[in-house]
Amino acid sequence: MKELVVISGKGGTGKTTITASFAAMAQNAVIADCDVDAPNLHLVLRPRIVETNPFYGMDKAEICLDRCIKCYRCQTACKFNAIDDDLIVNQHKCEGCGVCEYVCNSSAINMIKSRSGDVHSSITDHGTMVHAELEIGEEASGKLVSAVKERTRSIALENKAELIITDGPPGTGCPVLATITGADLALIVTEPSLSGMHDLERVLQVTEHFDIPSIVCINKYDINEKNAGKIEEFCNERGVEVVGKLPYDPSPNMAMREETTVVEYRKNVLSEGVKALWERVVSELDQKEVTLLPTR
Amino acid sequence: MKIAIASGKGGTGKTTVAVNLALSIPDAQLIDCDVEEPNCNLFLNKELEHIAESIITAPNIDEELCTHCGKCSEMCRFNAIATLPEKVLLFPTLCHSCGGCILACPENAISGKEKITGIINRSSNKKDHPMLYEGVLNIGESMASPVITELKRSIEPGIPTIIDSPPGTGCPVMTTLEDTDHCILVTEPTPFGLHDLKLAVKMVKIMNIPFGVIINRSEQENCIIDEYCNQENIEVLMRIPLNKRIAELYSDGIPFVEEMPEWKERFTNLFERIVNKKELA
Repeated sequence: MKELVVISGKGGTGKTTITASFAAMAQNAVIADCDVDAPNLHLVLRPRIVETNPFYGMDKAEICLDRCIKCYRCQTACKFNAIDDDLIVNQHKCEGCGVCEYVCNSSAINMIKSRSGDVHSSITDHGTMVHAELEIGEEASGKLVSAVKERTRSIALENKAELIITDGPPGTGCPVLATITGADLALIVTEPSLSGMHDLERVLQVTEHFDIPSIVCINKYDINEKNAGKIEEFCNERGVEVVGKLPYDPSPNMAMREETTVVEYRKNVLSEGVKALWERVVSELDQKEVTLLPTR
Repeated sequence: MKIAIASGKGGTGKTTVAVNLALSIPDAQLIDCDVEEPNCNLFLNKELEHIAESIITAPNIDEELCTHCGKCSEMCRFNAIATLPEKVLLFPTLCHSCGGCILACPENAISGKEKITGIINRSSNKKDHPMLYEGVLNIGESMASPVITELKRSIEPGIPTIIDSPPGTGCPVMTTLEDTDHCILVTEPTPFGLHDLKLAVKMVKIMNIPFGVIINRSEQENCIIDEYCNQENIEVLMRIPLNKRIAELYSDGIPFVEEMPEWKERFTNLFERIVNKKELA
């Protein structure tokens, strides 16, 4: 079994559009939406939820004021400034480390387990999909990403799936690192704008730092062909392969409105480009050694 | 007056709005809080100077003193320390710098080691307009929030401040939005844009921040975003049309108010409207 992650650095470059199309073309794959902050894959793959598991983020501190002797050791020890002068815990600032509970002299602090989201396992027309919902204001995106990945891997093992296709979040921080951990191949989707180019460079540094083999797709390349050329040059110098160039096209938005993927919606230059991209990605994956690293 | 530009979905035009708005307000400062992918300066080309660092305290284990008792791993709720019979393993990207392991170690074998996770830059020319501040998360680091907190500590109080937020609704966004006076949510008229706008609206409501919406790449009035905003009584502050010229300028890193001056006026008016509303409230 192998794992492909689709990431981008910059948001809005077309990760989900491409991932959804891959899902529609893949045989025997399990699909994961790891963009838990702003998940969109379910809007085009129309999953029917078959199982929901509660997701518990970090426990939250609660101070029992009846027992509290107002020594303020907790406030002093808290590195997140989450305890105010009235000894009320700010739930958004509390990261759930438990240091306040540890230092409390009067056993007045308890760490309370709280459900902060759900992990869904669903059936789609294109196979099983794992996706999540995070309660707004919960600060456990990275941990939820890991929960989605763990669930996806166990389903993939159970189903003897050959491939996991993962839609990743934008950025280079915690949720992205959790997403790419253990992946066999990262497809980075970029666009020929200065922002797209800058963010590609940063996210490539991240995949290199964590030793994840990476390939690049330039989406909407014809919006600025000069910049698209620069991206190709940059990737060449860096020894990173550009495996696809997709034209700007309004059909992703139209397909989205019909709740379907670009490759199912209509045969046009873009859908043919996405098909060719998929073939390239499959052949790249075939060249990779089979690995399955444990999740952490 | 601090106005944050946020979105839910990435790539909807936060940076475009933040840069063009800041350029349209005399004496404004612009704060790029998207520390994972800071892009404002691609549009402004300011000369920047390094003014601060975000420093966290990471555990440092003295193997000589360590008895492998496992108390640190037990204390760590982030799974950032694993104790093996002969060795202690640290997973730095999972560490939240809470200091729990240092407190829990009965042998005093763990000390705090300062670690730089990001840097803060500022326009080196004090006459820059807008004055730009940006935070940059180091490659391979996972925690964006401490960099954002340090960045926000560096900014000048008392002047109009435009803050470019990261995408999403997670911790870095909430750290960015904390203590702001108004939030502009930028979206696009697609089902993805609408879905993520709804998540962002929930977030700003929980945080109790007044907000309005800008529809970017707008093709017509009465789109799905208008429908939702009407229903929820949310003000649509501005529409930026789907326009080839704007897209081209964007791709080359040129703020469109510089080439299309009528937009500068629109952004100035937008800012004044937000300020007036705050004064009325």
